[in-house]
Amino acid sequence: MSSRGSSTQTGQQRPSAWYAAPAVLFFGLFAVVPMLLVVYLSFTDWDGFGFPQPSGAGNWSRLAGDGEARDALVLTLVFMVLSWLVQTPVALLIGVWAAGRQRNRAILSSLFFLPLLLSTAAIALLWRSVLDPNFGVTQSLPFLGQFNFLGDTSIVIYTVIFVITWQYVPFHTLLYQAAARTIPASLYEAATIDGAGRYKQFFQITVPLLRYTIITSTVLMVVGSFTTFDTVLILTGGGPGTTTRIAPLYMYITGFSAFEFGYASAIAVLLLALGAGLSLLVTKATGFRDMNSQQEGA
Amino acid sequence: MTSQRLTRVGVSASTLVLLASVAACGSSGPSGSGGGGGGEGGTGQVWALQDTTLNPIEEASIERFNEQSEAGDFELATFGNDPYKQRLRTAIGSPQAPDLFFNWGGGNLKEYVDAGTVEDLTPLLDENPELRDAFLPSVLAGAELDGKNYGLPMRGMQPVVLFYNKSVLDAAGVEVPETWDDLLAAVDQLKAANVTPIALAGNQAWTELMWAEYLLDRVGGPQVFQNIRDGVEGDWSQPEVLEAMTMLKELIDRGGFGTEFASVGYDVGGASTILAQGDAGFHLMGSWEFVNQLGQSPDFVEAGDLGWAPFPAVTGGEGDPSNLVGNVSNFYSLTADSENKEAAEEFLSTALTDETYIDDLIAAGDVPPVTGVREKLEEAENSEYTTFIYDQTVDAENFQLSWDQDLQADEATEMLEQLSLFFLGEQTPQGFVDALSD
Repeated sequence: MSSRGSSTQTGQQRPSAWYAAPAVLFFGLFAVVPMLLVVYLSFTDWDGFGFPQPSGAGNWSRLAGDGEARDALVLTLVFMVLSWLVQTPVALLIGVWAAGRQRNRAILSSLFFLPLLLSTAAIALLWRSVLDPNFGVTQSLPFLGQFNFLGDTSIVIYTVIFVITWQYVPFHTLLYQAAARTIPASLYEAATIDGAGRYKQFFQITVPLLRYTIITSTVLMVVGSFTTFDTVLILTGGGPGTTTRIAPLYMYITGFSAFEFGYASAIAVLLLALGAGLSLLVTKATGFRDMNSQQEGA
Repeated sequence: MTSQRLTRVGVSASTLVLLASVAACGSSGPSGSGGGGGGEGGTGQVWALQDTTLNPIEEASIERFNEQSEAGDFELATFGNDPYKQRLRTAIGSPQAPDLFFNWGGGNLKEYVDAGTVEDLTPLLDENPELRDAFLPSVLAGAELDGKNYGLPMRGMQPVVLFYNKSVLDAAGVEVPETWDDLLAAVDQLKAANVTPIALAGNQAWTELMWAEYLLDRVGGPQVFQNIRDGVEGDWSQPEVLEAMTMLKELIDRGGFGTEFASVGYDVGGASTILAQGDAGFHLMGSWEFVNQLGQSPDFVEAGDLGWAPFPAVTGGEGDPSNLVGNVSNFYSLTADSENKEAAEEFLSTALTDETYIDDLIAAGDVPPVTGVREKLEEAENSEYTTFIYDQTVDAENFQLSWDQDLQADEATEMLEQLSLFFLGEQTPQGFVDALSD
């Protein structure tokens, strides 16, 4: 029945290509067109007045020699790796735990998911007040009071990673919870009969079967760290100095404070390429694209 | 009169929207208005910065004009600080451009003038000499470029003032400093008394900038910065810059600002509260600080503990101690492509000096840059403070616009970044000079 080829008139196997039109149109208008515009802008000089003036590869050679851009990129990578290292185990553990169907877990995990409901601005402002060196809650706590979380250049990076973790862990937890629930209980039953303990079950069954979810979550984090900066903007503004000025924030400041739209576009294109490249690399290296069944033997 | 700066944070939501709108070459009109710049006889657009206190006053002034004038009608659209700057830039020169727009004068306005988007108002002032005379000359000069006038003052003057906590100074036995050396001595005394000598909301560099601006002016006089702005005479590498920054470095290293300033915010009331609670002796801030303190810590102000003084003189420095820095005022400028020019010119020449408008501004705690309002200020509330500001401005030999408004946007951004590194101790005075002069 399915060997009739792709261009079928019966419409039983496949919907018409027109069904995709709204999505394609939307994607084209709001993703492809702006992307092409940004690529074009990266070869121009534009301060917002009149029309962009072509400047050849000027922005690109400037970018190649821009030490600040390099620092910002390195910082972005550090952020990415550290947040992955912190967020993945936490989200994985909470997600697997929350996948259990006990009632207390349902209640507690709905509490864990609360940050998902808050807007980024609210989260950043909230933490800024909590960590304020003069009026913050942390100042009246015994041990924490001695730290200046947002002002000390040696710890502010970890502060930002902590807040970002707090913000995004619930989302990744949700991914893991949903995925963990699809693992057939029969696997655990068989493992129990074979004498595997809790830890063994977790590492031999749960983690391997959540492999693709881990990759999905990783790709989201990688792409996210090249594009989002709103939390950092409100929490520290990239400061003190340039301590937390990650690459997307550098792009924002160049574009919308210095109004060098051409140069900011060059940074944006670079980030786009890096984000796309890295997520491709992750999916390729892990065999994610083959999408083998996760439930062999189930 | 909350500061324009207050809105600098909290823009992230609109940022995303703006990214989209700018990518589409700013195709969106002002929010909540009938769109477009208005054709012949259409409703003209006035764009201004959001301000909960002043917007109703501006609105009322426009409504009065609409009722009285035959020339045409206007409506006000307001935006937060960052969105305003972004939107104005992309809208100007397009059909969505406003007719009249709010600005800070100086280099900020110069970019628009250079792009040919701003109407020269000199003929208007020449025809109406009484209009020219109505404003304080030093303030009117804030929107003057190459001898031509491109804007008329529409809000109060906001010089930067040295605020202090009287009871803290008294307890430490400190007099209000008249010279830089007095200030350094006061810093030592306040440190010994276990308070932060100077409150500084250093998580945004514009608060730190006030110190650099005043010091450079006191050390080298206003010409030094004007050379920098015009890119002549050695720019940032003029020796006065290094001298002023070295003095500032000394103040920072001496512990003048304490150790926690890097994460203190102004918009969340950080530095103001530190001063009001008696945890700091001084706070250098724009004149809007008074109204903020009145709102946030009324007991502190009403007890008479909030003091204010001009920035200390530097012995042997070139700059006159009467010189001021800060926001000279805000201006309304007319776009060159406006289709409601006649109405707009009538609005500019009548509404900004309208008695009710001035009275409303004064009642809101503003100090309008209009000649002869001193008596009115004396009769109004907080006259001790508002007359101080008025006298300071009238007597000032020079009123330098904040550097971040007077430089072109890209240079200003770089300067603010270097300054925040400088305050953190990650940049030396020489390094600051070198980084900016290349």
